[in-house]
Amino acid sequence: MMQNLVESQLTPENAVLDQVCNSGDPWMAEIKKGQIFRILDLEGNQAVDTLFYSAANPEERYSAVDTIARQAKLYLTTGSVLYSSEGNAMLTIIADTCGRHDTLGGACAAESNTVRYALDKRPMHSCRDTFMHALNTCECATHRNMSKRDITANINFFMNVPVTADGVLSFADGISGAGKYVEMRAEMDVVVLISNCPQLNNPCNAYNPTPVRLLVWN
Amino acid sequence: MSIETQQKALNLEQILWEETIPGGNHWSGLIRRGTSLRFTDLTGGANLSALFYNTEDKLERYNMPDTLKGQHTAFLTTGNVCYSDMGRVMCSIIGDSLGWHDTICGVTDAAQIEAKYGKANFQTHRNDMYRSGKDGLLIELAKYGLSKRDLVANVNFFSKVTPDESGNLSFVTGHSKAGSYVDVRFDMNVLLVLSTTPHPLDPATTYKPGAVKISAWHAGLATADDACRNACGQNSRAFINTERYYL
Repeated sequence: MMQNLVESQLTPENAVLDQVCNSGDPWMAEIKKGQIFRILDLEGNQAVDTLFYSAANPEERYSAVDTIARQAKLYLTTGSVLYSSEGNAMLTIIADTCGRHDTLGGACAAESNTVRYALDKRPMHSCRDTFMHALNTCECATHRNMSKRDITANINFFMNVPVTADGVLSFADGISGAGKYVEMRAEMDVVVLISNCPQLNNPCNAYNPTPVRLLVWN
Repeated sequence: MSIETQQKALNLEQILWEETIPGGNHWSGLIRRGTSLRFTDLTGGANLSALFYNTEDKLERYNMPDTLKGQHTAFLTTGNVCYSDMGRVMCSIIGDSLGWHDTICGVTDAAQIEAKYGKANFQTHRNDMYRSGKDGLLIELAKYGLSKRDLVANVNFFSKVTPDESGNLSFVTGHSKAGSYVDVRFDMNVLLVLSTTPHPLDPATTYKPGAVKISAWHAGLATADDACRNACGQNSRAFINTERYYL
């Protein structure tokens, strides 16, 4: 297990933005180059499904496959660079008290819930529905003309998706806990799109989705 | 889930058409449901990057995370299917002489190709120019009105990348030998987009991508006893979603 635990020296009192996002809710914001962005797991074991876009041109967006291949690593932690679809560094993880974050598992969806759990699970709340809602209603998406075309493989902060050497992928109990956080420095102006995961069918949220806190420092 | 790697010759009378994509090239076409394609690595060491779109609604496309988590695997082989983002089966791997195909590493772009192999453009090298996977996929996507916004995580047939306990990835050199093949049955009407450029983690420093042959035949739709359908409950439900779509 990769562990690269690094604590931050930043304090919430100095943050320029400090908000709570409830489970099942979207959260969108712009973060300027050089600003520090922290996602804090308030109650533990929450999965925070996150996508990033270049604020200047959202056609350039977080790329899971570029992030994995360019660093030849599956998991994200302190030191990981989040690469864009154009091969540019979007953000760098500079502090992490959880130790490992997933970027293979993607987001739950009404449609994938029918496949993964049961055909009658379709009406359940899901991350991809939350992403769609945000893209159609949040001002920082609508004026950029963003849509389903822009939804790609996301990061699941705090989520544990171990892969064995023989390629078996599983969803394990979270390795996060109340108060754990991940912090990253923006390397370009970015738009953040979060669905604070409402998944009730697997252990990614300990079967109990909970709120997260989002902070930004200059 | 474990279905043994299958190897069998195609009946030549079955073959509808055959075509070879040279190494370093790109290809696209509409493949009707019930048609199967055998991809054969002609020289060994080929990498075939593939993307899948629903021909009727190109916003519906191959979804790597859904495919992996639905089948609890980090690679693809016989018995696996490729899910769309709408919970349907786009295609199924019904035969495979290799046992492992990568779908987590994406493709190279032009800057990576030049950094790794040097520069060889059309002016100096004609059609032996060095091409990137990303450029090839985008060229083919553009033929259908699609663009960068439609480029998502792809499958890399013939390539194997394994993780250690910490998640560090290693490319397995020599995985695919000349004659290795994978049989893909299309379960929806699919826009298939292909590139035969090197895998991003291939450590080779010479640009020598392998050619891939396509052989098409009528496989028919998945039957009740189909191995891919019955590989796991998730696949069974995804096939039901696909069949409802075509009612």
